[in-house]
Amino acid sequence: MVLNNIEKLLEKYENGETTLKEEQQLKNYFSQETVAPHLEMYKPMFNYFLVNKQEQFTKDVPLKTKRIFNYKWISVAAVAVLMLGFYFNNSIITDDCNELGTYCEPEQALEEVTKQLAMISNHFNKGTQAVGYLKEVDKGTAALGYLNEVENTTSIIFKK
Amino acid sequence: MTQTEFLNIVMPFKDKVFRLAKRLLVSTEEAEDATQEVLLKLWNNKAKIKEYKNVEAFSMTMTKNFCFDKLKSKQAQNLKIVHSNYEEKNTPLQKQVELNDSVNWVGKIIEELPEQQRMIIQLRDIEEYDLDEIAKMLDMKNTAVRVALSRARKTIREKLTNTHNYGIK
Repeated sequence: MVLNNIEKLLEKYENGETTLKEEQQLKNYFSQETVAPHLEMYKPMFNYFLVNKQEQFTKDVPLKTKRIFNYKWISVAAVAVLMLGFYFNNSIITDDCNELGTYCEPEQALEEVTKQLAMISNHFNKGTQAVGYLKEVDKGTAALGYLNEVENTTSIIFKK
Repeated sequence: MTQTEFLNIVMPFKDKVFRLAKRLLVSTEEAEDATQEVLLKLWNNKAKIKEYKNVEAFSMTMTKNFCFDKLKSKQAQNLKIVHSNYEEKNTPLQKQVELNDSVNWVGKIIEELPEQQRMIIQLRDIEEYDLDEIAKMLDMKNTAVRVALSRARKTIREKLTNTHNYGIK
């Protein structure tokens, strides 16, 4: 390489006008063992660039695949829980009925039901007797009906 | 997108991200953390990766912003990033040391440059990006990048000439 050429390139280089190719030429020139003495100060610069280019990143990057929680599975779980619930519920009822206060024998159940119904009707009758007084109230309201007539007359008076 | 697909996209430029982060944050550990953070962010947004026109340029911009945030938060805490990148020198030759020394000196000069110029030097002279690409990454105008680049290069050369001529540091 002609020295003249290198000097020209250096000038262009300092003005930031060199292309990448020309810079590569400079780098090649200054990576030689011997360079022109008056250009020696450029040598460490270009060497520095070359050395620095070789530095590498050696640390590992912990790449974790982000787990996106799938909400669909919640519905599946809910359905499963419900199914289990129904299953156990049924089995409990069929297994022993006494625990839930029901009767296993139909005759016994009928007896109990009639007893209960008789009791209910007794109490119901008591209730109807008490309600009998309501008739008196009806009479009262009939008497109040006269008040309407009074109102009619007063309204006629006020219109006039 | 699987891990291997992602790694195939990321592998070619992860070192560049790391080096840019190091250029800005100086400390290797901080730069490693920053790179990790940037890559993780990319991974978490992997669904959108195909929408990006240029994943590499996008990541570089992301790195830049992340590092600036980091620097800002450090400044706010009134903490200075202490860097101690110890290196073992297994070739204690006089010549080697001398060369290393002047090469390290370049690093120090670059460290003194303003952040923007540092980034541009990193992206252009070390990573060898196109000026247009750099302009896009840094959200600057092409000409502004060129001016900053020229300034940075001149500063480096001036300081190097001084050291070279007088041997002062």
